[in-house]
Amino acid sequence: MIKKMKILICVKQVPEITDVTINPETGTLMREGIDSILNPFCEYAVEMGLNLKRHYGDIETVVISMGPPQARTALMRCLEMGIDRAILLADMKFAGADTWATAFTLAETIRTMEGDFDLILVGKQAIDGDTAQVGPELSEILGIPQIMYAVGVELTGNKKKIRVKREIETGNEIVEVKLPGLISLSKGPMIRSVSSFKEILDARKKELRVVTASDLNIDENELGLKGSFTQVVKIFPPQIKKTGMVIDGSEPQDAAKKLIEFLKERKFI
Amino acid sequence: MLKIDTEKCTGCKICEKVCPFGAIVIIDKIAQVQDNCTLCGACVNSCPAEALSIERKPVSKEELDKFSGVFIWGECEEKDKGIAPKKVVRELLAQGRKLADSLDQDLTVVVLGDDKLQGLETLITYGADRVMRCQHKLLGSFTTESFTNVISAIISKEKPSVFLFGATPHGRELAPRVAARLHLGLTADCTGLEINEKGELIQTRPAFGGNIMASIVSPYTRPQMATVRPNVFSFGDPDNSRKGEIVDFKVILSPAAIKTKVVAIERLRDEREVSIEDADIIVSAGRGCQKKENLHLIQELAEELGGVMAGSRAIVELDWIPHTKQVGQSGLTVGPQLYIAVGISGAIQHLVGMNSAKTIIAINKDPNAPIFKIADLGIVGNAMEILPALIREVKKSI
Repeated sequence: MIKKMKILICVKQVPEITDVTINPETGTLMREGIDSILNPFCEYAVEMGLNLKRHYGDIETVVISMGPPQARTALMRCLEMGIDRAILLADMKFAGADTWATAFTLAETIRTMEGDFDLILVGKQAIDGDTAQVGPELSEILGIPQIMYAVGVELTGNKKKIRVKREIETGNEIVEVKLPGLISLSKGPMIRSVSSFKEILDARKKELRVVTASDLNIDENELGLKGSFTQVVKIFPPQIKKTGMVIDGSEPQDAAKKLIEFLKERKFI
Repeated sequence: MLKIDTEKCTGCKICEKVCPFGAIVIIDKIAQVQDNCTLCGACVNSCPAEALSIERKPVSKEELDKFSGVFIWGECEEKDKGIAPKKVVRELLAQGRKLADSLDQDLTVVVLGDDKLQGLETLITYGADRVMRCQHKLLGSFTTESFTNVISAIISKEKPSVFLFGATPHGRELAPRVAARLHLGLTADCTGLEINEKGELIQTRPAFGGNIMASIVSPYTRPQMATVRPNVFSFGDPDNSRKGEIVDFKVILSPAAIKTKVVAIERLRDEREVSIEDADIIVSAGRGCQKKENLHLIQELAEELGGVMAGSRAIVELDWIPHTKQVGQSGLTVGPQLYIAVGISGAIQHLVGMNSAKTIIAINKDPNAPIFKIADLGIVGNAMEILPALIREVKKSI
């Protein structure tokens, strides 16, 4: 029997960041009352996985996330969108992981439990940390090629190869690679999935496996904060630039004159 | 140490071909490691039989202190039919010079390319003590595999204390790959770098879309690695009296190490066209421009002022402009002398991509738009009515 193709999608739950501020007295993040969402770039990755499944058929899709128990909500959303099953890496021992420790824990989980994967999809970056490092670090640890900033993915060669359109600084590039491989997504597919009522109900019957540190064959010192190579020594609010002049209520012609005066004063014209 | 699983090894010789140091030889159809292995890891991911692995042990404080030298990656781009270092390299040289002086160590810039490499002498005038040239026909265009192999080999052999990359699209796919191969701490997209009293690199970066700043150290690993946001650090005029040397690093690469294949390139920006990252004057459009047809006003104003057009993520998503012109957290970071934001409200993700601009002008209908908080001059009003008048005035003034 030919093995069914397996796509793993690594996702992260993130706080809605627009209102995150620092408590000036304690220097800690004020996160109370802030909603958590599935990271938008991860959502692109989920949609791409589902799109490939719809288009090529006979593909198993699995989402994996490392996070607090509440991250279950983000995984439920993936299952409602149509993902087949989910794995949540939740353990206090994983807490405080930097990008290396995160990538290492994900890689060990994948090797132990889903080693027969064909393709890994990730978002280009998470909107909270914005490091964009876990994807490349994960692919290096797993020893597979990476294609970053993808906007389109096709399977070719009887699902043994991928052809990816990716964004580069001067335009776009079409890249091919033999599977297994990892792709990070800059944009999602044009067809977005809207979950039906039935899909939402079905999601509750799907497997959502919680994995803890004891399920993995890793020394505790290699996990979470202890296993991290970087340490945060200080957090502080950014410096706000001094406000300039704001002019309201001018007629367009007068506004244009003010702009010209300013541009001349600063010697731009 | 490098371990070879003799059960799995097929004697295919790929590791022998990809080893940058000639440290693997095949004897009796089995790979054997020599004493000159630096543990750079080039062989491990190239082995089709997964027979090679490296066991890396934590390094002691005394060992860490032996790492010396500030290194930066001299990323190149196409220029005048050749390839030459990008603007961000001059920024890294200026900041790297300060770090090297604080540490009393040398500053080396590592440049990878093929025989079209040019402009290396100028790197010395911008602060480098040493230019390490890595020339190979497989380095003419960027691939993560080949560049990771070469940079990892250099780090393993030279043992620098600091290694910096520009946080450009390529820098951000390369640095984490190298860091993971060599088990190194890496900090993304830094906007502040300094040496503390312990001689450690303090790496400061924005997080949560720019709402907070975090200072980060890598206490246990060397080199301390960081990607550095372009257009944040400034550089001065070149100093033609500076002395330095250009040395060659012998590159060994095999096509067998490169698994990704570029089959087509679609150019959205001509190589003669100024990149928004390098532009001195930018006129940037947001959703407040109302429709794609109105962008000709933005383009015209940019041309009259001798600048280029850019835009917010919102209008890239609407397909009004290509992603090569997108300013912001998920686009490019710009640092022009003048940034005119037209119909851009100024979400924090946009602001972090342009707030190092010297002068900022904002035109927006909404008096409460966050862009006004950082603007040197803000005009509340309908940009589509103001722009035609402004263009007429600019034409009169030039």
